[in-house]
Amino acid sequence: MNNFWIHPALILILGALLLPLVPAALKKAYLLLVPILVFLRVYTMAHGTFGEVSFLNWTLVFGRVDALSNVFGYIMSLMCILGTLYGLHVKDDAQHIASWIYVSGSIGCIYAGDFITLFLFWELMAFSSVFLIWFRGRRESLGAGYRYLLVHIFGGLALLAGMVWHCNTQGSWAFDASFCKLAVHHATPATYLILIGFILNAAVPPLHAWLPDAYGEATFNGSVFMCAFTTKTAVYALCRGFAGTEILVPLGVIMALYGVVYAVLENDSRRLLAYHIISQVGYMVAGVGLGTEMAINGACAHAFAHILYKGLLFMGCGAVLHMTGQSKFTELGGLWKKMPWTFLFTLIGGLSISAFPLFSGFVSKSMIVTAGFEEHKLWVGYLLLLASAGTFLHTGLKVPYFIWFGKNKPKKETWDRAAEPPWNMNVAMAVAAFLCIFIGCYYPYLYKMLPYQEAAAEFAKTVYSPYHISETLQILLFTGLGFFLLLKKLVPEPTISLDMDWFYRKGGRAFLWFAKYPVQSVDNFIGELYRYAGLIPLMLTAKVSGLFDNYVIDGAVDGFASSFRGIGRRLRFVQRGQMQQNLAFAFAVAAAIIVAFLLFSRISKASVPARLSLPGAPVSQSALPTAGLTSDAVTTR
Amino acid sequence: MNLVKLIEFFRGRLKTVVRLCFVVLAVLVLLDAIPAIVDKEHAHTSIEHWPGFWAVFGFVACVLIIIISKWFGHAGIMVREDYYEDGSAPLASTPKGHHE
Repeated sequence: MNNFWIHPALILILGALLLPLVPAALKKAYLLLVPILVFLRVYTMAHGTFGEVSFLNWTLVFGRVDALSNVFGYIMSLMCILGTLYGLHVKDDAQHIASWIYVSGSIGCIYAGDFITLFLFWELMAFSSVFLIWFRGRRESLGAGYRYLLVHIFGGLALLAGMVWHCNTQGSWAFDASFCKLAVHHATPATYLILIGFILNAAVPPLHAWLPDAYGEATFNGSVFMCAFTTKTAVYALCRGFAGTEILVPLGVIMALYGVVYAVLENDSRRLLAYHIISQVGYMVAGVGLGTEMAINGACAHAFAHILYKGLLFMGCGAVLHMTGQSKFTELGGLWKKMPWTFLFTLIGGLSISAFPLFSGFVSKSMIVTAGFEEHKLWVGYLLLLASAGTFLHTGLKVPYFIWFGKNKPKKETWDRAAEPPWNMNVAMAVAAFLCIFIGCYYPYLYKMLPYQEAAAEFAKTVYSPYHISETLQILLFTGLGFFLLLKKLVPEPTISLDMDWFYRKGGRAFLWFAKYPVQSVDNFIGELYRYAGLIPLMLTAKVSGLFDNYVIDGAVDGFASSFRGIGRRLRFVQRGQMQQNLAFAFAVAAAIIVAFLLFSRISKASVPARLSLPGAPVSQSALPTAGLTSDAVTTR
Repeated sequence: MNLVKLIEFFRGRLKTVVRLCFVVLAVLVLLDAIPAIVDKEHAHTSIEHWPGFWAVFGFVACVLIIIISKWFGHAGIMVREDYYEDGSAPLASTPKGHHE
């Protein structure tokens, strides 16, 4: 173990904490310096296992550096530079701090060598990114943020439960290849729980509705960060732990198509892009499910390319939102005169996501599609190509057309506000656009980073073959023909689309109703019962006879009365829907579970050698009551 | 501001641009039919050897996606924008306390 090994996430966290102390004159330089340092740190990191820390009975591994983690670490830290540059003019330190801590959570997950470290950074990501939604400051953002948090708490708890279960049966905390084999051939309920935790973050339907809900509502630069990190960290975790898990193939294909269908209906440009994240991550999930060397390469390459072009697209639409205050197609149109450069950059992002030759998507997406065909899963290949037609239809055509052209005229105040964004936003978009084209033209840059070099070299021979180019151009250009022929059908409508979040947005209300009426009426009923059957007869008896001991009766009555009042108060607390307090309570429960678990495993581990060394003798008892339970469980096993 | 001029240039000649696009589409399918240029050795299935297969695939895919999605959306998925705001006022009045 190297003592001088510095975790890149640590640089970012320290940088974030020191940010408020930096004088205003140096702030912009500092904001650029820290992410660049992180990027250089990732770039120069040698392969190996570093940052091993003993904690209780385990060794936490903060730095497992290999080809797989490095390709993700590289792109995450690169995106951190671009995202920070894009929001460089934002004066509010808190926004930068939140996004940097969010990125450090993602980088921490990527280099985590064990489950505890992974979980720690996993939660750090969820809790810091929610601020990127809240900072928008709208009433809707508050609600969207809470929903985002609650969904991720659910995912985090599933992950935690799965990890605890898995590690108790495995007796190891190493998140490594042996675990990967286990997931594929002997999937246990524990494995599935971990899988649920991962695919919730990857936004696999039906666990996806948090994504458009949150990303459409975050700040203009918050979405640029969010679109890159949460889902792609999940893709990394899936690559690491679940390569070759069959069920991910159909799930990924469903995702790819699901996002496309909802993108047709969407009126908000950023929500449309969010649905296309689901669609694109679908390719990666399907790639992980296929599990061949080429498919895993494809998932990594596509994640890499995706972070750049999706970041670029969110930057473009974010610039429109930032300058005009609008993100809905029905409120925009004809902006080419006012924001021509933003148009060009967004178009480059759109062509990249659509996988046009010479753009980044072309060299990454086709890897997954080809892997599907080579595994003789023809339906995977064809359906993914169908989805790619839909991708071009929306992101390549619908977004640029209805924002920068189209027949719709925006309101006068929107039109007057529209202008090219500040220089830093333009530079960030220009760099991202350059990288999209650079990767598409000089693909060895990307392929050299992929985990399976031989498969990548093999694929590189055919990626720019005439057949592949002809196939892609035909699909895309004839999709374009269809778009212009059916343009009237595609005119945006000022609606929103119901999605899986309906169940918790409306279902939550049903729960509150249940708490208000049935539970409350039972409470009332018991109260009345007590009044008529308990209190009044008692008082009458007391008054009439005058024989009972007043103190005893009063004491009993008072006790009952106060306990009922107490229950009523508690119920009212829930009924008032004080989300913050309920959330704090939920966090406390989660923390208590973790602590209980730590104690549990520590004691059960301690008790095993005791049993082995003294057969027949009573197991060593600790003062804690849980210890007895644990060692009983161990002895009976 | 040259970019604006460039876009204006194309918009001023929209008919020519559209005609040019049709020529490109036709050339694309023609090239696909010439084995000397587009070698279909790497095709995954036999159906792909038909010239212009992917052109038909792309066009049909686009039409299908639009029609099916719009049908799906109008089947009740698309709702007015304030859908979630209806009655979103928290179940406001705390229930009347008893025993107080």
